[in-house]
Order: sequence, then structure tokens, then C-alpha cells
Amino acid sequence: MIGRFLPVIIFVALGLLLAAGLRIADHKSEIPSPLIGKPLPPFELPVLGQPERVLTNEDLVGQPFLLNVWASWCPTCRIEHPFIADLAESGELRVIGFNYKDELNDAQAWLARFGDPYDITLQDYSGRYAIDLGVYAAPESFLVDADGTIIFKQIGAVTPEIIEQEILPRIRK
Amino acid sequence: MMSKHAIANRTVLIVALIFFALPASAQGPRGEEKEPLVFQSEQQEARFKDLTLELRCLVCQNQNLADSDAPLAQQLRGEIFDMLQDGKTDREITGFMVDRYGDFVLYSPPVQGNTLALWAMPIVLLLIGAIGVFFTVRNRSRKLAAVRQKENT
Repeated sequence: MIGRFLPVIIFVALGLLLAAGLRIADHKSEIPSPLIGKPLPPFELPVLGQPERVLTNEDLVGQPFLLNVWASWCPTCRIEHPFIADLAESGELRVIGFNYKDELNDAQAWLARFGDPYDITLQDYSGRYAIDLGVYAAPESFLVDADGTIIFKQIGAVTPEIIEQEILPRIRK
Repeated sequence: MMSKHAIANRTVLIVALIFFALPASAQGPRGEEKEPLVFQSEQQEARFKDLTLELRCLVCQNQNLADSDAPLAQQLRGEIFDMLQDGKTDREITGFMVDRYGDFVLYSPPVQGNTLALWAMPIVLLLIGAIGVFFTVRNRSRKLAAVRQKENT
């Protein structure tokens, strides 16, 4: 009796499994960050092009900001750059640049060519602080609230949809 | 049938494909300086090997840190090496990685709520298989018994 329906049951179960697989396929390389809800790890980094000006966490707390990890060698950073610029221009959120494992000349040329929307750009030449942040690719963006807590992470390009649906609602509330 | 001409064309295509099948290099920053790691002891080297085999490369996610040549993997190997030099325990080192990248970096993730399906699945599949075998064998032996009974009558 059950034998007659067994193929159907197996077919449906397999179908559900594959459908679930398709749903996560687009996002399977995105690793959820364990840092959400935790304070921004302590840092001590120079401002890009001003090696004598070293900033720490205290210099950034007080208002929410988006920490945008970028590099001149990263093609996807170029795609998201206009949207990052729009966000910075809107004045709704402070945008801090995070130049990741980049040569100074390349980074400055990139900003000169595509525009510099960043309030400040931190330079992580060695990429050592990026490890504390759990960065494994660029671009990545961290939304940090006024207390210095990471409340959202975007892996991959920031899009207008991400800004409207994920980033701005979290700081407007 | 393929003409001689078509076969020749095909051969050229295959050769061209082989030539262009260069490894797709992932976009990424410059590599780290490659220096041979000098361990304090064989035991420390063995621990380094075990740790890098058990930890996942975040860039090439189907490779472990030992095998991956991605710049981030090289850098993380360096971090692990430094932690070993500092006398950190294996647990502290894997903890360092999990704090930053989550349980995903562990090739054998801990048994907990969201990994239960992962760990239970082999047992569940084995049980389903065992039940299937049980019913198949029982059905066959019943049929066999029925046939024998017919032959006897």
C-alpha cells in the first residue's frame, strides 16, 4: 500500500530539498557575521594619506556610521560606489571608508577618478584589522550605531534596495 | 558521419579550450611574502597542520586553510603560526577564528540547534535505508514461501 506512494513521496521530498537549495544558492557564499550585536573591535588605524593621523574607536563613536570596506583592486567596489556616494550625499548617515590591503597610490588614484564620498577613510594596509572585523572579501559594509555596536553587515555590493530596506530603517527608529 | 574537415575543426577547438582553461583566479589583493615557517618543535608543526586542515578558507570556501593559496588564507596561516609561537592552545586558536568568522570556519561544526540536521542526517538516512532493506527482504521471503507452497501442492 505505502509502496505505491513511495515514489511520489520521495519525488516530493527531493523536490522540496532542491527548492530549498535554490533559495540559498545565491547567498551561500555569504557567511553570517558573529560580530552583529557586538562592539566594533578596537582599532588603531591611520587616515588614508595621512600616516601621522591615527584614529581609534573613540574618534568614531557618538553617531551611527557605515564602514565601507573597499579597495582599488576590487571591481565590485566600483559598482557600489555611486550608491555609497548617494548615501553620503543624502546626509542621512555618516560614511567612513575602509581601504583594505591597497597601495596608497592606487587607492588615491581610485578616489580621484571615481569620487571620494567618505567622511574619513581609514587605511588597513596589512589587512590585520580586517581580520578582527571578519572581512573575507571586498566590498563589505558594516553599519555601526551611535554606541559603537555593529548592527548590520552587508557582504558584497551595497545597492539602493539594501540602503532603503536594510540600512536606513535601522538608524531611523 | 563527420567529415574530415569537421574533425579537424573540432580538434582545433578542443586544443584551444585546453589552452584557455587556465585557473580562474579570484579577484583579490596582492599576496603575502612567502617565507618558510620555522617551528619550535615537530609537535608544534603537527598542531599547525591539524589546525589548518580543520579550518576553512573564507575566500575559496571549499578549501581548507592548509590548501588554499588565497592571500587571506596565507595571512590567516601566518596568524595561526604566530598564535602557536605565543603558546596559545588549539581551543584558543579555533576560538579566535570562530569569533571573527563564525562556526562556518570549522570543518566539523559543533552540535547545536542549527547544525542538528547536519549531524543527524547520516543516521536518519541509514535508518531509512535499513527500513527499506527490512521490508524488501521480508516481502521477498514471503513471496518465496508462497511459490514454494504452490510447488509443494
